[in-house]
Parts: sequence; structure tokens; C-alpha cells
Amino acid sequence: MTDYDVLLVGGGHNGLVCAAYLARAGKKVLVLEANEPLGGAAASREFAPGYTVSSCAHWLTHLSPVVSKDLDLERHGLQLAARDLDSIGLAPDGQHVTVTGNTVQGAGLSPEDMQAYTEFHRKTIKFSKLLAKAFAVRPPKLVESNFTDRVNLLKLGLGMKMLGREDMSDLLRLALINMYDVMEENFDNETLKALLSFDGVLGAHMGPRSPNTVFGYLYRRVGDVHGYNGPAVVKGGMGALGTAVADAARAAGVEIRTGSPVEKINLQDSRAVGVTLVGGEVIAAPLVVSNADPVTTFEKLVGYRNIETGMVRRVSQIRMRSGVAKLHLALDGLPQFKGLDNTQLGQRLVIAPSMDYIERAFNSAKYGESSALPALDISIASVHDSSLAPAGKHVMSVIVQFAPYDLREGWESHKEQFTQRVIDTISAYAPGFSSQVVASELLTPVDLEREFHMKGGHWHHGEISLDQVMMMRPFPGATQYGTAVDGLYLCGAGSHPGGGVMGLAGRNAAQEIIKRGAQA
Amino acid sequence: MRKYDAIIIGAGHNGLTNGAYLAKAGLDVLVLERNSYIGGATVSRELHKDWTYSNCSYVCSLLRPEIVRDLELPRHGLQVVPYGGGVTFMQNGDHFGNYYDHQRQYREMARFSKRDANAYERYTANVQKQTRLIRPYLMRRPPDPTSLKLRDLKDLAEFASSFTSLGEEGLADTLKFWTKSVGDYLDEYFETDVIKAHLAGSGIIGTALGVYSPGTAYVLLHHYMGDVDGNVGSWGFARGGMGAVSSSLAKSYQSFGGEILCDADAERILVKNGRTVGVALKNGDEYYADVVVSNLDPKRTFLDVMDASDLPADVVKKAENFKIRGSSGKLNIALDGLPTFNGIPKGSPLSVGDMHFSDSLERLERAYDDWKGGTWSKDPYLDMLIPSQMDPTLAPPGKHMMTVFVQYAPPKIKGREWTDEDKAGFEKSVIDQIARYSPDFKDLILHCETRTPREIEAEVGLTEGNIFQGELTFDQLLFNRPFPGYAQYRGPVKGMYMCGSGTHPGGGVMAAPGANAAREILRDLNKTNTVPEGYADD
Amino acid sequence: MSNTHREQSDVMMLESPFHSRVKAANELNEWDCWAGYTTPTKYFDVELEYFAVRSTTGVFDLSPMNKYSITGPDAQAYLDRVMTRNISKINVDRVGYSVWCDDAGQVMDDGTIFRLAENEYRLCAYARAMDWLSWCAMGFDVNIEDVSDQVAALAVQGPTSCSCLKAMGLEGIENLKPFGIAHFDFDGEDLMVSRTGFTGDLGYELWITPHKAEAMWDALFSAGESYMIKPIGSLALELTRIETGFLQAGVDFVPAQDAVRLGRSRSPFELGLGWLVDMNKPVFNGKQALLREQREGSRYRFVILDVDGNKPAHNSFIYQGKGKVGTVTSAAWCPTAKSNVAFAQIEMPYGEVGDDLVAEIYYERELHWTRVMAPCKVIESAVFNPPRRRQTPAPAY
Repeated sequence: MTDYDVLLVGGGHNGLVCAAYLARAGKKVLVLEANEPLGGAAASREFAPGYTVSSCAHWLTHLSPVVSKDLDLERHGLQLAARDLDSIGLAPDGQHVTVTGNTVQGAGLSPEDMQAYTEFHRKTIKFSKLLAKAFAVRPPKLVESNFTDRVNLLKLGLGMKMLGREDMSDLLRLALINMYDVMEENFDNETLKALLSFDGVLGAHMGPRSPNTVFGYLYRRVGDVHGYNGPAVVKGGMGALGTAVADAARAAGVEIRTGSPVEKINLQDSRAVGVTLVGGEVIAAPLVVSNADPVTTFEKLVGYRNIETGMVRRVSQIRMRSGVAKLHLALDGLPQFKGLDNTQLGQRLVIAPSMDYIERAFNSAKYGESSALPALDISIASVHDSSLAPAGKHVMSVIVQFAPYDLREGWESHKEQFTQRVIDTISAYAPGFSSQVVASELLTPVDLEREFHMKGGHWHHGEISLDQVMMMRPFPGATQYGTAVDGLYLCGAGSHPGGGVMGLAGRNAAQEIIKRGAQA
Repeated sequence: MRKYDAIIIGAGHNGLTNGAYLAKAGLDVLVLERNSYIGGATVSRELHKDWTYSNCSYVCSLLRPEIVRDLELPRHGLQVVPYGGGVTFMQNGDHFGNYYDHQRQYREMARFSKRDANAYERYTANVQKQTRLIRPYLMRRPPDPTSLKLRDLKDLAEFASSFTSLGEEGLADTLKFWTKSVGDYLDEYFETDVIKAHLAGSGIIGTALGVYSPGTAYVLLHHYMGDVDGNVGSWGFARGGMGAVSSSLAKSYQSFGGEILCDADAERILVKNGRTVGVALKNGDEYYADVVVSNLDPKRTFLDVMDASDLPADVVKKAENFKIRGSSGKLNIALDGLPTFNGIPKGSPLSVGDMHFSDSLERLERAYDDWKGGTWSKDPYLDMLIPSQMDPTLAPPGKHMMTVFVQYAPPKIKGREWTDEDKAGFEKSVIDQIARYSPDFKDLILHCETRTPREIEAEVGLTEGNIFQGELTFDQLLFNRPFPGYAQYRGPVKGMYMCGSGTHPGGGVMAAPGANAAREILRDLNKTNTVPEGYADD
Repeated sequence: MSNTHREQSDVMMLESPFHSRVKAANELNEWDCWAGYTTPTKYFDVELEYFAVRSTTGVFDLSPMNKYSITGPDAQAYLDRVMTRNISKINVDRVGYSVWCDDAGQVMDDGTIFRLAENEYRLCAYARAMDWLSWCAMGFDVNIEDVSDQVAALAVQGPTSCSCLKAMGLEGIENLKPFGIAHFDFDGEDLMVSRTGFTGDLGYELWITPHKAEAMWDALFSAGESYMIKPIGSLALELTRIETGFLQAGVDFVPAQDAVRLGRSRSPFELGLGWLVDMNKPVFNGKQALLREQREGSRYRFVILDVDGNKPAHNSFIYQGKGKVGTVTSAAWCPTAKSNVAFAQIEMPYGEVGDDLVAEIYYERELHWTRVMAPCKVIESAVFNPPRRRQTPAPAY
């Protein structure tokens, strides 16, 4: 007899979602989280006295409405300080481009581009709806599919056929190609092309020219299907989302222990039987669910030596090279961007003036160098939420691409220089900006790896690329949340459908565990 | 003017193959060729006295053996001589040799890494698994997943079941092959950079992508699925140059009564009442037929020789969006003697094969960065051969012919046309690279023909000088080639067909598109099929 | 990276450290390629070489065999995960035979594992395995090295083999038990002797550093002269291994990593090697698949057939009644046992011990082909298994 039915390793948002669903199905669940705060990469952080930012993801764009409703996250404290924000692509000449849901505006835009964008948005949403359906269920297995899989596959196939011959053939082509070509096909305005193509490479080790990036873009647009007509800001920072999910889980009866890093997942006869915490405490349970990324789960927690070699090979070959850094800046006032008024400062600001600019920024990452001119996704959340900074002051959070995990010269000696480079890049658009910076913190992929226990510092627990999604995620043999280790399940972003603070990996995993019941 | 049963625009190898099968079925066929010589991109040309250049395509492997045998090409003068070997020269003075003999190959690899040498066996087996999957589809029309017709659904089901027969591991590998980059794929097997670089070349040839661009693993596979005499993956020279392929096809075609008209530049495919009726030439002549087959690439077919008003709007859009990128150039060089290469003895089997000078994936990728930046690679990837070492017909005794395929070369230089200075700079970057590894090379050059995408497009008519008539990425393969919904050789206008490398299964001098198109045409005309089935792989 | 690789040895087929002696002894000058090495198929007469093994002593140069050194604190744990067998049961100075599988439970190869010290093993294998062994090492504190060309080896096999070694000065060798290892000094170098072999007879394998190889050959042949020691080639060895029931990778099964077609590889159960699989180990490669196979049944059965008549059933189809149920992988007329033996892969559920089957044999005499439908019976074990193989102390002849 054990005290728990399920041990959940990792109190990230997916882990907590999974735990909550399991508890609601009557399981006795214990969540073990290494850090003090809950929510994993949905985290807030006071990086300088009085200044708080979302330390990993800074926009909420994807959260599944089903998860949100099922867990009643609002009741548990989830509040949006702002939602349906614009994305503004900053142009060096001040002719910025503003995307609001399915429309785009900007002084430099032709009417054709504006119309083309609305049409483009309509089409992509149509495709993303299909994706969203596939995201809500477990992916079918590649070969030995069972009845459920075949039904799911049939539904997906039928959904594709329902698109109509024309759109279906478009989807077959689009999903594989790159943003660069699609942008060239559809638009003239360079800032618009860059702004949209940046969505295709966000968080990825890819440039706009890389095939598969349209898939990355469709992936982002699943957020629109989930009801986000633009990014949202969580009140209190993304950490508040983590707290809300944790509260929901507790309310469902989940027990949560923070500051309890798991040393290893214990096996008996190739079956998971519990965990050992750092410090030696052993906790037994018939099921263990890992919210950690697949590489960390198998390399570190299970141990490669305890699984078979073919599986080791598959796990170790998962591509998890992050090229994203996070820069946090404490500002003694609101910055002044050329061509933007103060009401626009709370929107999502993107510095990526051309597709070639992003591509060049990516080129460096291929060779283990940081971008000389990085592409930036900027959030000044304090505009919407005054609790994040002292009165009159502001916090800026910047997603910086590209900053390779395996920087050739090593990050320690490069951090300061890179921070300055990002500040200078922003200053080109916001004169006098650098003098407003009173404190800064750069989280490189190496820091993110350490902070959030994500291998390679990869936000999505593995590259979102066609060879690593759907029935290939995280790797064949573990695509339905269960693994070759009996009693061990995966529920993190490394599993289908992936990252982006959606909560679906956690929900799908819970459903699979509940469905398998006694066989689990 | 006399009315033909079918007119084919373009006397490339696919046009001639298509013509041969239509003529064999008893059709009255005319092939129209813009140039004064036939062959398209499979030609042998004497551009320097007593030297024969295969100045476009230069080696042979993918040409379907079923067609070679069925059209009796050997009787019509085609002889393919396989070559073994190959080498990548390294910056440190060493080199990586690619030997034909398995044990010798193992030892050469083991010199760099015993693990890699062993992993190569796994790699070979896995590549073989994948080629076995694709090869049966080379001589068939691709399935059409967008169609609801019974025949198409049956095709699709069969196609799907051939995948599951690979087992889970094999199928996962298939998906990787079709979506991954060749660099990432090779990283899964090898640790030695020069070995990866040597193998990766096949993943980018003719493609405007880098070794780390997703999708390039398939291009690698495309170069592995051919065979010479049943040796899957091996390559050979056409004796007398690649023109021997087209001339033997032409002779076979003519033996069935087919006609060829050279210097006949097509202006327009004539459409009346929603169906094709013939072809008008630039000189004003018109030729009539109910069936018109285009051997041209999809862009030239739909945006050039067809009138937009005769086409559904979506086809025009699709043709505009079809990716056919200029990415390569070519140097054809007459040599006063056989050059010496550092580190290998003269006449070594290594120098009879394909020679390369890029010893790391990073150098290959950086060469692609230059292309993205709108210029030719300063440190280019070369696929260089001296076929006159095995074919005495190409150069006078003691002299040699060298063919150098060069990547990357963009269709335009930073958005503008190529100039003669650009061309000279491009040529210099290639010659300098070779000379770094061959001390006597420069002194041996008697004549050099340099072809940038500009020349290839102008002469052969391939848009942007793309050798495959369209990128070989999965969005343009199988049922997506050239466009979804039009992948079974039938054009959007009744009576109009496509037979070029822009259709399934793509480029590389296979002749399969021409043959597969003929099968569909004959089917539509209710004629007895003359096109052979593919050999069954055991 | 060496720049001197254009030496002869790299261009030509490799030569074993014994090559000068082998070449001198090879009266017929008939050669084959084994793992890239020049290897003799026969020296003077296959039959006589075979009978040297069965009546006196035959010596086979097995230097080209792939050898891997596995060392480090996790060496035993590592091998336990790679191999189907329980490696902890192999003590220091002992040798074990095992197979190893991929995750699908398909046999990649078989080989012998020599435990040289507490944390030091040597694996001898037919196929090259550096890639797989390296993948297997992830997560273990272990060092894998390909030492194939660092160890010269001779198999010394036959009734007088112990006497030959004694005469060579290897004192106490007669007390070495089957699968035991002993060390001797040879000319200042370590000479390792294991009581192992591929012939099913009393026999030893000698392992030494390459630069002492020729001297050791000379010492052995000079000491063994009175015991009628003879060199043997690969063809004679082939006869002995079939007679004693040993499988050969690449002949009796396709190593799993080489199988391009789905379903062509085999599991240990399907090769009659289920006794090498220890399901009590917590994890080893292929365990999950093999457990499933145990539950759901195997596809094939490996059988030894006693075939009527004296025509070896090379490449024969095997029938039960009118139905084809399998194929022969190895076949030979066994001169000592005087029986006509074939190894076959039989589809389940056919081929139980005692079953009567039929082998379709084709043979040719002066370009005239004859087809024989030869009755055959599934037998329990190999036809050759003499007591001297196991006796300790080993008999003198």
C-alpha cells in the first residue's frame, strides 16, 4: 500500500493541470516541485528590488479555454491585466505596422496588404482550427493504432477533406514550407512580413527561410482559436497563472510539496514505483507522471541505464537547442519609441525590421554565435499592472533571438556585452532608452535550463518542428503519454501538443491515464 | 498544316521519353525543340574543339532501367559506365576517400572514427529501407489525397499501407527523412565532420537550401534511389556524355515514327472551347493536335506558353508560387592533362569519382548563407568529376574534360541581374578553390565554359536555372508535384499534360515523369498502355 | 590524424599478425576475405584439416575477429544491460557466451565475453559493434575500445590440443576448466589462454600481443609436432561448427541492424537461444519485446535436422506434408558423427523435436542436376558432443 496513487514530478503548469484532472477523477495525487514557486515556466520573478517580470513566457497566448473552464482558473485567482493586445512591428523609419486580430494597419501599408492580411488570417485560422482539434486529443501511434487512434485519425482526415479540395491542397503545401516564401507570396510591406514571420520562428532554432516555419506560425495561431485575439498579460505576471493552477489543483484535492527536488524515479522490474527526493526521502506510488522534459526525465530521473538503448537513442536525439534569451530591464520611466504614443507601449512590440534581419540573426546561432542584431519581442507589462514596479517606474521584458545555448565562447564572458547589444538595439528605436535602464538581468538558455530544469533551456521542451510534433512527439514509442517504462507517463510540453502555456499536454496525459485505468 | 495526335513542347529527355511511348502506341507525335539541338539539359556539346562537354547534367544513376531496356536505349547508342570512388579534400592536407569496396571504405572511415565506420553500416541499411519504399513509386503516378475518386482512394490506401510495412522505427525514420535537415539526420549517425560533409553534399545538390534546412534529408535520399545495373545508389557516366541519353531516346522515338522539329520555339499552347488544339511558334507557324504535352517547367508552362485567360486562376497562382530556385552553376573545363591532387596518386580510384572540397557542415552551411545574402558562395561546394578518365570519347588522348557543379549561385545578385564581372568573380572562386588542392590545375586549363543560373535559364529554358525543374522539398513532391490536385500529369485544360521533371518523381535524368505522363495520356485516349511497370524490388 | 595512411596495409586487404606463418603454411594458396583480413579457406585439404581437429589438433587464426575492451566501474552493469545473459554470473577469469538484441528483441549478434578483471571485460564478436556499443554506453561510467588489431589470437582445437600446449611449456593447462582463463608468460609478454572454441571439441584459444604472434606460432607448432598439430582454414572450421551445433551470424541469422526488410531478423527464442535470456534482470535491451514474445508466441523455431541420405541439404526448402514450413541456413555431412545435419528456420508451430519433415535438396553431378525430397527428423541436440570437451583435467589425447 502506498499513500498516493500518482506522483507528479514537477509543478509546472502542465503538471498541475494533469494533477488536477487526475484528482478530480478520484486519484490521490502528490506534486513534487523543486522550486518554491509553482507553475514552472509560467513564473514571475522580482529580479531587482520592487521590479517583477514574467521570467520565462511573458505573454499568455494559448491557454486552452477548456482547461481554464474545467479548472475554473478565474475563481482561483487568474486575472488578465490586459488581453487581445496588438502586435506592433517597429520600423526604423517610424512607419510601424500594427496587427489587431485579423486586421493590420500602418502608415506604410498598401490597401492590398491590409486586405491580403485579413484573407491570410482567415485561411490560417481555418488550418489552425484543425490543428487545435488535433491538439485536444492524444496523437495516433505510427503503426499499431487502435480503435481510438483510428477514429482520431479519421476525424483529422475528414477535417482536412472538409476544408475543400483547394484549401486542403494549400495546407499540404503550406505546412511544409517556410514563412519567407509565404510572406513574399502574400505581402509587400517588409515590416509586416517580418512581424508575421517572427511568429513562425519564435522560440525556435529556425529562421524565416527554414522550411517548417509556416507550421510554427499555424501553431501560434492555435492561440487565436483558443480565443486570444492577440497576446494577453496576466496580472501579477505569469507566475500568477502558476499560482492559480496550483490553487485549482489543491482545491481538487492535490497535495503539493514545493522545494522538493526529485533525485530519481524509482523502478522495480522496469516499472515505476515511486521517487527518491534529493536528501534521500523515498515516496512510493503505482504511477509516476513526469512534467519534466523527456531528456531530463530519462537521462536524469530514470537514468539511461535503466531503459533500453534504442529508446536512449531516440531520447538523446530530440533537438532541444534553444536560441532564446530573456532580458529583464528595470526602467525609471516609460521609454519613448519613435512613432509610438504612450497608449501603445503596453502592446506587444517587435523589433525585427525585415525577414532578412531575422534570417541574419539566425545565421549567427547556427555557428554558436549570438546575433549581432537580435530580433526582439518586447513587453512592458507594468503599463497594465502597476503592481509590477514601483510607482512611476516600469519593467520591460524582452525575448531575444538568437542566443544559442551552446555559445562558442561561453555565456559568462559574453553576458554583459550581449545585454548592452540588446539595449542598444532598442535605443535605435527609443532614443535615450539606455539611460532609463536602472537594473537588468539576462537569462541565457543556460540560465533558463538551470532555473526551470529544462534541458537546453528550450521553452517548448523540444523544438516544434515537423519531425518533432504530433505522432513524433516527444519520440515514437512515447507519443501517447505512456512510456516503455510501465507506470511512467509524460505530461510536459515535450509531449503532444507541445509548449506555449496551453495546458493541453497535462490535460491529454491525465485523460490517457484515466482511460487506461487499471492498466495504467 | 497536318494535324498530329500529340505535340510535345521540349525535346528534353522526358519529352523524348514521353514521345517514344506515345509513338509506340501508334500515335502521330511531334516534338518541338527551341534550340537547334535536342536534349534540353541532357546534352553533349563540343564547345572547345575536340572536347565534348556534358555541359548541364553530368552523371547518370536515376535513369529508370525499365525505360532503358524497354526503349532499347543500348541498341540506340546508350552505354552507362559506373564509377566508384570519390573524395573530399580537407583543409589540413588530409582527405576523406570514398571507396567502392566495402572493407576499404570501412578502413578509410575508421581512420577518422571506428564508431563512424561502423555507424555507416547502420546508415546504409536505413537509407536502403527508405529507398525501397520510394522506388516502387517512381514508375507510377502519385496518389491524390485530395481526390475522392475510387481509383485515387485505392492508390492512397496502398500507398499508406506500404508505409506501415516499415514498422514503427522505419516509419519514424521515413518521417524524419522527409522533414529533417540532412545535417541533423547525419548528426544522428556520425561524429566526424568530414564524413558528414562528404555525405551531406547529396542533400543540397540542385537545392536552394542549406545542410541544416529541414527537408534536405529527402534530397539526399533522392540521390540514393537510383542504380546502375541493380546496384542501388551507384552512379555512372553516359559514354559520350549525357547527350547519349537524349540521342538514344530520340532514336528510339524516331524508330516508332516520331518527328522532331528543332529551332521551333513555342509561343503559345492554343486553347479553344476549353481544350487544347495545338501550339503556335514564335515564328508564327502553328501545329495542331488534340493532345499537347509540356516538357517545360511548371512556371514556363503556365506563366509563359499558356495564356492566363485559358487557365483557372488558382493554377496561375500556384505556378507563381511554385518554388524553382536557381541555386547552382557549372564550370566545364578542357584540360591539357590530368591534374595532380594533393595527397592522392595520379589515377587513384578516388579521383575517378566525385571530388569535393568542403570538409565540414559549417562550411557548407556558410556557402548557403552567401546565397541567402544574394551572392555566390565565396567558399563554394563543388561536385567535380573528370569523366574523361573512363570515357575516351570526351577529349583527345592524354587530355581531359572536367565538369564542376557549383553551389551556391543565386538567380540574381542582390536583386539585380548577373553581370560579366559577377560571372568572372564566380568563376574565380571555383578555380581558386580547386587550385588550392591541385598545384598544376590552373596551368592545365585550355578552355572553361562558365554557366551561372543566367546562362542555364537562357539556353536550356529552366527557370532560374534550377536543374530539377522545381525544388525537391516535400511540399513539391509526390502528390504535391508540381501542385496538389495536378500531380497526375493532367493539366487544368482538357488535352493538356505535363511531362517534365517538375512532375513526379522529379528531376535527376530519370525519364520517369515522361513515361508516367504517357501512361496517363494513353489511358485518357483509351489506347493500349505501352509504358512498362516498375521492376519489383525484392 | 595520420597522414601516412597511404601505406600498403591500408590499400590492400589487411594481414593478420600471423600472416607470414599462415602464408608459408598455406600450400594451396587459397584465400578469402574475413572482416577485411586475408584469411585462408584451406591449407592443404579440407577433409584432412577437419580430421586434425577431431583426431589430433587443428589451429585456426582468429585474429580478424572483432574484439572490444570494456572497462570502468560500470563495466558489469553495462554488459548486463547490453546482453541477454546475467553477466554478474561470469567470474573473473571466466568466459561466457551470449547474444545481444535491439529494443525489438531481435538478435544483433552473438559473442563471447571474457572477464579479465573485476571491471575489465573483452567482447569477441562476429559483426562490428562500435556504434551500438557506444550508444549503449550512454548513462554508464564505462570505456569502450575497439582492440581488434591489438590482440592476435589462435584457436588450438582437438584431442591433443592440451598436450600441445603442455609441450609448449604452459604448465598446469590441463587443469583449466571449460570457459576458464589462465595467464602464462611468453617471452616476457602475457599469453592468455581460454578453454573456448568454435569446434565443440577439447580446445583452447590463445591471445597475445601482435608483435609476439609469429614467435608464438613457431613455439606452438614446434611443441605440437609430435601431437600432429596442423593449421586449418575456414572451410574445415565451418564443418566442425555445424557438427557441434553452433550458429553463425550472417549465415544462420541476419544481424538485426543489417536487416533492411521488416521481419527478416530473429529473436533469441527463434534461434534456439532462449537459454541465454535472463528475464530476472531488471532491464536489458530487448527485454520488453521478448516478454511480449513469450506471451504472444514466436514466429519461428530454430531446429537441427537429421537428414536422410548423404547429400547436404544446402539452401533447401523444408516441407511438412505439402506445405513449405521453412528453409535451411547451414548444412553439412558430418564426417565424425556420420550424419547429415542441417540447421533450419521453421515457421511456428512446426518443427518440434521428433517431427518428421522433408528437405528439398538439389545437387549437381557433372552439370546434371537432381532433386531429392529427403525425409528428415528434428533432433534434440547437436550430433557431436564428446566427453573430452568437458573433462578436467583435460585428457592427453
